[in-house]
Amino acid sequence: MRFIFKTDYLQDIQLAKHRGQQFWYGLLFVALILLPWIVSNYLIDQLVLIFIYSIVGLGLMLLSGYTGLISLGHAAFLGVGAYTEAVLAAKGWPFPLSISMAILLSAITGVIVGLPALRVKGIYLAIATLALGVIVEEVLTRWESVTGGNSGLPVKAVQLFGIKIASLQGFYYLSLVFVVVSTWVVLNLLRSPTGRAFVAIRDSEVSAQSMGIHLAKYKTISFALSAGLTGLAGALYAHKIRFLSPEQFTVLQSIEMLMMIFIGGIGSIHGVFFGAFFLIVLPQAISVAKDYLPAAIGGAAGLQATIFGLIIVGFVMFEPLGIYGRWVKIRTYLQMFPFYRKGAFKRQKTFQKSERNR
Amino acid sequence: MQFLQVLISGISQGCIYGLIALGFVLIYKATEAVNFAQGELMMLGAFVGLTVSAYFAMPYWAVLLISVAVLAVFGFLTERLILRPILGQPAFAIVMVTIGVGYTARGLITMIPGIGTDTHVLEVPFKDKMLSVGGLTIGMEHVVIIATSIVLCALLFGLFRYTRIGIAMQAASQNQLAAHYMGIPVKRLNGLIWATSAAVAAVAGILLAPITFVHVNMGFIGLKAFPAAVIGGFESLPGAIIGGLIIGIVESLAGFYLPEGFKDIAAYVVVLAMLMVKPNGLFGEKIRKRV
Repeated sequence: MRFIFKTDYLQDIQLAKHRGQQFWYGLLFVALILLPWIVSNYLIDQLVLIFIYSIVGLGLMLLSGYTGLISLGHAAFLGVGAYTEAVLAAKGWPFPLSISMAILLSAITGVIVGLPALRVKGIYLAIATLALGVIVEEVLTRWESVTGGNSGLPVKAVQLFGIKIASLQGFYYLSLVFVVVSTWVVLNLLRSPTGRAFVAIRDSEVSAQSMGIHLAKYKTISFALSAGLTGLAGALYAHKIRFLSPEQFTVLQSIEMLMMIFIGGIGSIHGVFFGAFFLIVLPQAISVAKDYLPAAIGGAAGLQATIFGLIIVGFVMFEPLGIYGRWVKIRTYLQMFPFYRKGAFKRQKTFQKSERNR
Repeated sequence: MQFLQVLISGISQGCIYGLIALGFVLIYKATEAVNFAQGELMMLGAFVGLTVSAYFAMPYWAVLLISVAVLAVFGFLTERLILRPILGQPAFAIVMVTIGVGYTARGLITMIPGIGTDTHVLEVPFKDKMLSVGGLTIGMEHVVIIATSIVLCALLFGLFRYTRIGIAMQAASQNQLAAHYMGIPVKRLNGLIWATSAAVAAVAGILLAPITFVHVNMGFIGLKAFPAAVIGGFESLPGAIIGGLIIGIVESLAGFYLPEGFKDIAAYVVVLAMLMVKPNGLFGEKIRKRV
């Protein structure tokens, strides 16, 4: 068991809490850099997808996990980012400029959704974001002169400072840079006053307000940042998939993103990556497992949805803090071995708290 | 005349939205949980009805009754086995669990070989019949939908107004703790609320079957019933029905008078406008949280 004695505030807000963390995250980073030389192209391809979904997850985690605002329309931001990038890249804009525009436009969309969010909360907010998601999807379908409608829109390869990044490895490094930078930005944000304000709003709006936090301002910031990050992911997604069509950005996608951060572990940055990994790996695992199942089960179309649903229900009932929560338990077990007590993480008895005391 | 025709089909569609919204509102009022699986409950109801009608050749009224009964049991068990153990967890967890239940239901139905992936026709006695009133020709299924919705609303009104259990449900949804102190079995009532809500969904599913046919994705209509519930205020039973009617009418008028594409987003545009103007809906109460 490691005990960290904190002697000043700067130590308290350090990103790496102790030497062990520095070592392991450094190792992970080196491994990620060396990976393209070691593993097959297929795995690299999947890793790029995991990176892109991690950026989405970072955005959504900021909004839902840290500010406590549920969004059922995040696929819309992904779509805005992706289409902006695709259209601007086709017009020959340089990549840094076009991706900034993608982020900016998504963030503006986010602020627009955030506007009703200032007055409503809980389920009403979820419905407002759902409504926006459906409207954006419809706009993407009908605005055929720009988006190509249902027939889709091909996307060019990335042009960075005159160099065309068409190879998988090149794109891998590009997304790696974006993942690392966004993670760093989000981590820094969370230890800044803004991030603390988000968490305060999540835990109790009334208390946050009475501590002098301007709810409307911080909720708008949260929406803008979250949408901006998702727009960034959308721009990368456009270059990854190389072909956009509106059915990639439906409400079902948004729900899957919510599932991703929930399964990963709500309210933790680790959870984002666990969730993205889970979301990409599970369908692959299922398609591998299909061969070993009897044909009546393995060949059925709904297998994936069933397994997804059961996993979600299972996590909510038995491990509400997701994969990260489970990992913390395993880590504690190993650290305290052999003194781990069964009740160490016993859930407190919960009671239903009413939101509507009159 | 054409306007009236469009209006009536809008009203019948609105009744379906209203019935699903009613399910949301019943559960939300009683347990403060939002049931994202309401559309899937409706889909299950339609499939149960399909099975009873196609494989056991039961008459229509029996189809309706059996499907309502099966779904009521299903709703009761869902509350008992899934919702009750996670009582008191944050709203987000409850949203996720109902989404999970919906996914599972949809996946399991899809997996049934030969049934899950097809679109089916539910045999109804009033198929292709028309009702003519003073020059208006209305499809019989629309008449049945409107009439059944009215009867169902009357039954629910009676339940909540005149029966012991209904009054207990009202008390529990107003203040659970006080209700519990008065000796009302709040937990059992929550189970019954889920059963009622699933039963209403089953009725909606059976009513919708002649119009959209029975298929595994018919539950997505639940996403359109959300705006209906929000417009009504999410805490008011008559509000849900009126919200549903508004959505239904606006949608069918938009489909008739506006260019293609507006029909699908009409419901959402209306709800966004509503949230801007009156965030608590038509019949919602202004609520302040006590710290």
